[in-house]
Amino acid sequence: MAKTELDELNTNIYDFKKKDDYAYKMKKGLNANIVKEISKQKNEPEWMLKLRLQALEIYNKLSLPDWGPDLSELDMNNLATYVKPKSEQKSSWEQVPDDIKDTFERLGIPKAERDYLAGVGAQYDSEVVYHSIKDELIKQGVIYTDIDTAIKEYPEMVKKYFSKCVPLADHKFIALHYAVFSGGSFVYVPKGKKLEMPLQSYYRLNSPESGQFEHTLIVVDEGASLHFIEGCSAPKYSKINLHAGCVELFVKKNGYLRYSTIENWSKNMLNLNTKKAIIDSGGEVDWVSGSFGSKISMLYPMSILKGDNSKTEFTGISFAGHGQNLDTGFKVVHIGKNTKSVINSRSISKNGGISTYRSFVYVMKNAQNAKCSVSCDGLMLDSKSRSDTIPVSNIQNQSVVFSHEATVGKISEEAIFYLMTRGLSEEDAKALIVKGFSNPVSKELPMEYAVEMNRLINLELEGSIG
Amino acid sequence: MKTLLQIENLCVKSKEKQILKGLTLKIGKGETHIIMGPNGAGKSTLLNAILNNPAYEKTEGKIIFDGADITDKKTDEIARMGVFMSFQNPQEIEGISTFNFIKSAKQKRTNNPINYFELSEELEENATYLQMNQGLLTRDLNVGFSGGEKKKNEILQLLELNPKLAILDETDSGLDVDAINIVSKGINAYKNEDNAILLVTHSSKMLEKLKPDFVHILVDGQIVATGGTQLLDEVLKNGYKNFKKGV
Repeated sequence: MAKTELDELNTNIYDFKKKDDYAYKMKKGLNANIVKEISKQKNEPEWMLKLRLQALEIYNKLSLPDWGPDLSELDMNNLATYVKPKSEQKSSWEQVPDDIKDTFERLGIPKAERDYLAGVGAQYDSEVVYHSIKDELIKQGVIYTDIDTAIKEYPEMVKKYFSKCVPLADHKFIALHYAVFSGGSFVYVPKGKKLEMPLQSYYRLNSPESGQFEHTLIVVDEGASLHFIEGCSAPKYSKINLHAGCVELFVKKNGYLRYSTIENWSKNMLNLNTKKAIIDSGGEVDWVSGSFGSKISMLYPMSILKGDNSKTEFTGISFAGHGQNLDTGFKVVHIGKNTKSVINSRSISKNGGISTYRSFVYVMKNAQNAKCSVSCDGLMLDSKSRSDTIPVSNIQNQSVVFSHEATVGKISEEAIFYLMTRGLSEEDAKALIVKGFSNPVSKELPMEYAVEMNRLINLELEGSIG
Repeated sequence: MKTLLQIENLCVKSKEKQILKGLTLKIGKGETHIIMGPNGAGKSTLLNAILNNPAYEKTEGKIIFDGADITDKKTDEIARMGVFMSFQNPQEIEGISTFNFIKSAKQKRTNNPINYFELSEELEENATYLQMNQGLLTRDLNVGFSGGEKKKNEILQLLELNPKLAILDETDSGLDVDAINIVSKGINAYKNEDNAILLVTHSSKMLEKLKPDFVHILVDGQIVATGGTQLLDEVLKNGYKNFKKGV
């Protein structure tokens, strides 16, 4: 299938390299001196340096997970944890250096900003190079800035929330994240403020043999509402790159947050990302997640339904092609009464790809009248590929209403034949079936992203026929 | 009479089992052919083999359609050349409406952009003609359709795609008398001097409506008898016992 690989590379619009041109690239490896150097580069307050060093200690103590994909090829001695691009942060695209600007132009970010976004952040390697939000939102008290600026300008707020949703010792790679994190976004939406247009942060990793560790912290205050979109991509290199980001979401009473991700990392990326939300009473977080790229992904967003009547919905799709092992899923903890969760996932694998879906539902003792429905389906496009669903639940309250459906199957040869007798090519027929299968997810996406997802599916299916 | 389809000495295997054992058949333009035969004789195999379903392996013989050898052509190519197959159990396809599906199939068949409004009008007209609920056009292809609705939808596609050869696999199975009348009416509306029909059926109801020119009896992978409607009467009276191979 060498030809296929070539086709995938040539047709992938995300795969263009810029010169590895940086203001500063940390030497490879991970130790206390490197952590101190990152903190120094950022001119951080003492408490943050302490937190970083504490995280490093935890990282060194924790072992690799004893489940899921094999991560043994990850060698921190071969990775640069911090790469500072040749640009300070700008608030106008004109000021961003040409090759970085060209990168984001090709990814369609400035156009998206003009067309339908309320604000944009763009990160290149380890630092945010562009951040902008509509003036009227600033006046209304909305904060959208990079995390470094937030640490300096809103220290109390950052201190109050930072690492309070995802603790340092959650797992080995979140400890790594806290030790070397850089970049990411901070969002605060004040009480009652409902943003009509989304905010979007885009992460681009250009530098080879390096890692990206952005931290996203979002606070949606009482009765406020926000749609946040994150996108990420990288060109393909022969050696491993690492992404270990962290997303912490706080949704207050009756607040609403929709968090959408389209992830298309290159296929040399290990994507070990951690996302979690704490939801107060009456609040709601809806996750929409599309995982297409990376060599290995371990990604299990989590909602903690802390307050009574809080809700969460997860809609996810993953597409594992040749050489990819996408281990994804969703976790939910029902703490409050009358809490509700809906999990709907689709995973597709082709050409030897492995996709695994894990769901974890925990209903605590006092979560009276909790409702949870899980539906996960896997579709294999050939017999070389694998698709597994692994649902786990721990129900401590008898009043819960819990439903679970899971199907895993191979793409129907009869359906392909049927479509081909109407003149559709084998590729078109497969693409149509896959689109139909992923439709419950794509219809949740904003229109532009649904188009993008369909395009990604077409891209994945190109040259898939041997 | 100009030949539209010519099958010569066709041998086909399915799941390692030899099903067709040297089948020969010729269909001319303007003709309606019926294939009858006992269960397992190879009727569906024949239809699938004409459209080169990859689940069936051709071990010998060839198929000429409209002057071109289509024995090893891909299914979609054969379809675009003008062969249509109506399925006994049409597939349910999520994520595309019946309307959009027919539109893209028609685009592939004619290789021309389709005028949305013209197609819309035409489809509504044809759906009414087939007594189909208009709402089905906007629903996902065959998803949740009743057996009768699926069959009518096949005939709707037949009318829209207007192929040179219509292959119909037990289009009457599972239909009540009224539905058989409607479906037959649709097939007759399609039929003209330049195209042809190859129909597999077990029942006589539809044959009264379609008036076949030829009836073929398929037994154990070969056509053992060809004739007019008198063959049908023979089958209805005595079954297939007088049509054993070589008789």
